[in-house]
Amino acid sequence: MKSVLKNRLAWPVIALVALLAVNQIFRGDFLSLRMQDGHLYGSIIDIMRNGAPTILIALGMTLVIASRGIDLSVGAVVAIAGAASCAYIAASPEPASPATAAVAVVIAVVAGLVLGVWNGFLVSTIGVQPIIATLVLMTAGRGIAQLITDGQIVSVTNDSYKAIGAGYLFTLPISILITAVVFILAAVLTRRTALGTLIEAVGINPVASRLAGLRARNIIWIVYIFSAFCAAIAGLMISSNVTAADANNAGLYIEMDAILAVVIGGTSLAGGRYSLVGTVVGAFIIQTLTTTVYTLGIPPEVTLVFKALVVLTVCLLQAPKARNLLRNLKPASPLRTKEKVAV
Amino acid sequence: MSPLSTVAPPTIKKPSAVRTRMRSGARYAPTLATLVLFILMFIVGAGMYPSFLSGQVLLNLFIDNTFLIVLAVGMTFVILTGGIDLSVGAVVALSMMVTATMLQNGWNPGIVILAVLVIGGGLGLLMGLIIQYFDIQPFIVTLAGMFLARGLCYVISLESIPVTDPFFTGMAQARIPLSEELFISPGVLIALVVVGVAFFVLHHTRFGRTVYAIGGNEHSAMLMGLAVKSTKVLVYSVSGLCSAIAGILFSFYSLSGYSLAAQGMELDAIAAVVIGGTLLTGGVGYVLGSVVGVLVLGIVQTFIAYDGTLSSWWTKIVIGGLLLVFILLQRLFTRRTN
Repeated sequence: MKSVLKNRLAWPVIALVALLAVNQIFRGDFLSLRMQDGHLYGSIIDIMRNGAPTILIALGMTLVIASRGIDLSVGAVVAIAGAASCAYIAASPEPASPATAAVAVVIAVVAGLVLGVWNGFLVSTIGVQPIIATLVLMTAGRGIAQLITDGQIVSVTNDSYKAIGAGYLFTLPISILITAVVFILAAVLTRRTALGTLIEAVGINPVASRLAGLRARNIIWIVYIFSAFCAAIAGLMISSNVTAADANNAGLYIEMDAILAVVIGGTSLAGGRYSLVGTVVGAFIIQTLTTTVYTLGIPPEVTLVFKALVVLTVCLLQAPKARNLLRNLKPASPLRTKEKVAV
Repeated sequence: MSPLSTVAPPTIKKPSAVRTRMRSGARYAPTLATLVLFILMFIVGAGMYPSFLSGQVLLNLFIDNTFLIVLAVGMTFVILTGGIDLSVGAVVALSMMVTATMLQNGWNPGIVILAVLVIGGGLGLLMGLIIQYFDIQPFIVTLAGMFLARGLCYVISLESIPVTDPFFTGMAQARIPLSEELFISPGVLIALVVVGVAFFVLHHTRFGRTVYAIGGNEHSAMLMGLAVKSTKVLVYSVSGLCSAIAGILFSFYSLSGYSLAAQGMELDAIAAVVIGGTLLTGGVGYVLGSVVGVLVLGIVQTFIAYDGTLSSWWTKIVIGGLLLVFILLQRLFTRRTN
């Protein structure tokens, strides 16, 4: 038991299970799944489907934070990617054809990659602090998205495009499948190769890692490009789900949710260590929290207060000083039980 | 002002001499660059639109941005210590909501204003204590503060609440004539008083010197025996208090409370501070620079309003672009001073 609790994933998983249990108690059919028209339905599927964009962005954010950076611009990238693809579809001669949708996807992804290169350039080559470097795009990005859509909400009717966010494949929502593929891709690329270790090395000490012969610059570049790539895919999902691009509100505050998911998942904001699985669990916690608020009949406007309290609790639990404080309060018992008290 | 803004002449060869010259010059250079930019924009505006060149256009920059000036002042304190406060926009909205609700329930405006100031200062103090005593990054704590304040707004009301209190409507409509054609609003006076107090505190009190010292090098400041801990807590309280004042000023301006108000205003405040020449790493910067930063943001908006063909989103793009230019300038200056 002790070794299980020692795992840094233990607490996020316990929190998630507790949240799911609360939901199951208040709504008996919460955990049940059913088949309908060959599609899988159920609250769990809903949570996964609604949480897919956040999970995607949080995956990119995890690697950025592991390199001791932060990417505030993801919400703006979501808006730009959605705006670019929808604007293309709306203006093309065949707005309903699958080929148009494919080109739109390519345009969105390329836009994301370009924005990622831009962020990476500011952080790695110019050496601007990550918060500030990405703040530029966060501020200007929504303006650019509005420029692309000309300030309008661009609606599209294209079944292939709609499938990205709202379609089903092998009984599962396509957005969940896309997220799963990106997760596996990220996990394999960073944990089965040296890349993950290199990112952590840069996060622990950029100078030392450079002196050790590491191309820290390229590593930083890679994580920002990956983050923007994830944000672009999430932008496609969000805009395709509502078949419209809303430059003002698409992905608003999603950077905050993503950072939250990363922190809850046990990745340190100080960089140097990360857990992709933890991030996914963290994103699920956030999405389930929102659902729980509805299940319990709490007015939805309280969700933000709820979130604030969760962030603070999680951060305090991770802070070494708070742990020491707890240890001093009850010197006799071992550390783990004290954390339990705090939870 | 031009000799200072063009930093040191390239003829100086001795590295030590270069360094001292750069240091004294570089300290003011970003702020002066902003001031020059502001004057240039004003001249260009006057060239393009004849009605631009009037004292009232200049004064309107103050009248329309009182709240942003006060926010930028508070943010300057925080950024000078090397921190950041993302909660300010949400605290402005919360202050407006509290003001509107309390006034609606018939509270005395004086008590309402006092309550708002206590709430804002208290929230800031709370965040400062968590940042300092639990050693959590300002970024994440003030983010939680932002969620909390915004959430409390929603809890109070989702609808917009009008303010009909005679004192508040009086403040909204009052005009203080400066000459026959020129006037300002009482809010401008309040904002200028805040700027004056902040200037005095930063440059003539022990607290202010400690703020600069922490931004310069926190460890050295501690070794010098300065009150680093309490100062770091207090700057967040100052920022919270400024957000509350800004919220009241915004209430004067808009005469309503709305839970979605002031969204993204923290970005405007940070942008104004950065454009005003405060280094994001802390230790270098001026309150007056931040005021000029706000004026630059204001003149960008005035430009777009005057032009009439440019859409509102150009404001965001231009502010982002300006932010970028000034960050690059900062990089240039800090690289040289180091």
